[in-house]
Amino acid sequence: MRHEPRLVEVRRNVLKQNDVLARELRERFREAGVFVVSLVSSPGSGKTMLLERTLTLLRERHSVAALVGDLATENDAARLARSEAPVRQITTGTTCHLEATMVERALEGWNLAELDILFIENVGNLVCPASYDLGESLRFVVLSVTEGEDKPLKYPTIFNSADVAMITKMDLAAATEFSWETAERNIQAVRPGMQMIGVSAKTGEGMPEYVAFLEAQLAEARAGAA
Amino acid sequence: MHELSIAISLVEIAEEEAERLGGKVIAVHLKLGPMAGVVKDALLFSYEIACQETALEGSRLVIEDTPLIVFCPQCRTNRVLGSPQLLRCFECGTPTPEVVGGRELQMVAMEVEDAA
Repeated sequence: MRHEPRLVEVRRNVLKQNDVLARELRERFREAGVFVVSLVSSPGSGKTMLLERTLTLLRERHSVAALVGDLATENDAARLARSEAPVRQITTGTTCHLEATMVERALEGWNLAELDILFIENVGNLVCPASYDLGESLRFVVLSVTEGEDKPLKYPTIFNSADVAMITKMDLAAATEFSWETAERNIQAVRPGMQMIGVSAKTGEGMPEYVAFLEAQLAEARAGAA
Repeated sequence: MHELSIAISLVEIAEEEAERLGGKVIAVHLKLGPMAGVVKDALLFSYEIACQETALEGSRLVIEDTPLIVFCPQCRTNRVLGSPQLLRCFECGTPTPEVVGGRELQMVAMEVEDAA
């Protein structure tokens, strides 16, 4: 004979393995004194162009490097290598997001203590990366003016998971009738208090302010760790 | 679509627990928040696939939706919101980034049938 099924309480966080590893990575980054910034966005938002310009501008004064995630191809790493900063591609295959374990593996052989800022470019996707902590200190969500101002309302979870909203392709703002006010209202609705930075990586508009922001964050993190 | 990899993790965890508990797993109970970044239907669909050829094959996934809860700094109390599209207190209108509930992706229980 069979007994009635019994209900057993089992409390397990499904993503615990990733969360634990992300915490370990964060601690490793802190000990090495490297400030880690990740970027999430939809495909085609201009993340790679932004990152290429960022690396080029920062490497005059800082030691910077980047990990770049993509489903396939190493084109992005090749583009970023033009900045002459160390770049590694993480090809995820069929996985639509980066996980902490992929970041850990990609870092093998790098001396983190030599770095000031490490960028992690996630796979272009506004859904899946929201669930995965990568151990970063700061997460940027990148929204280009060509995507429309309502993206935050469509993908509130990823916007909520990020710390700063980067508005890219500002040189096209007029042509696309992009409304900064509407975008701001939508971003503030899903993530009250979130800072927004508008840039055009192509023309350089807003880039000095953005670089100054990153440097201030780096200085703050170093002061906090000291 | 990362629900399949989440379903695989879930099945792995459930298999571990099933080995510890003994018996056959009939159902796995999960709490899922609206800000977990996981689509319920996609997870249910993926669960069935992830269970194939495991000790969990044929088991059910029971998902309990948890509410989105924010803390209102003005009213100094928690508020349950209907949607993540507008994080503000429904009483006083103060915007609040402080999400205190709604990110859950947690296994909470298992139904196990003991063999005779």
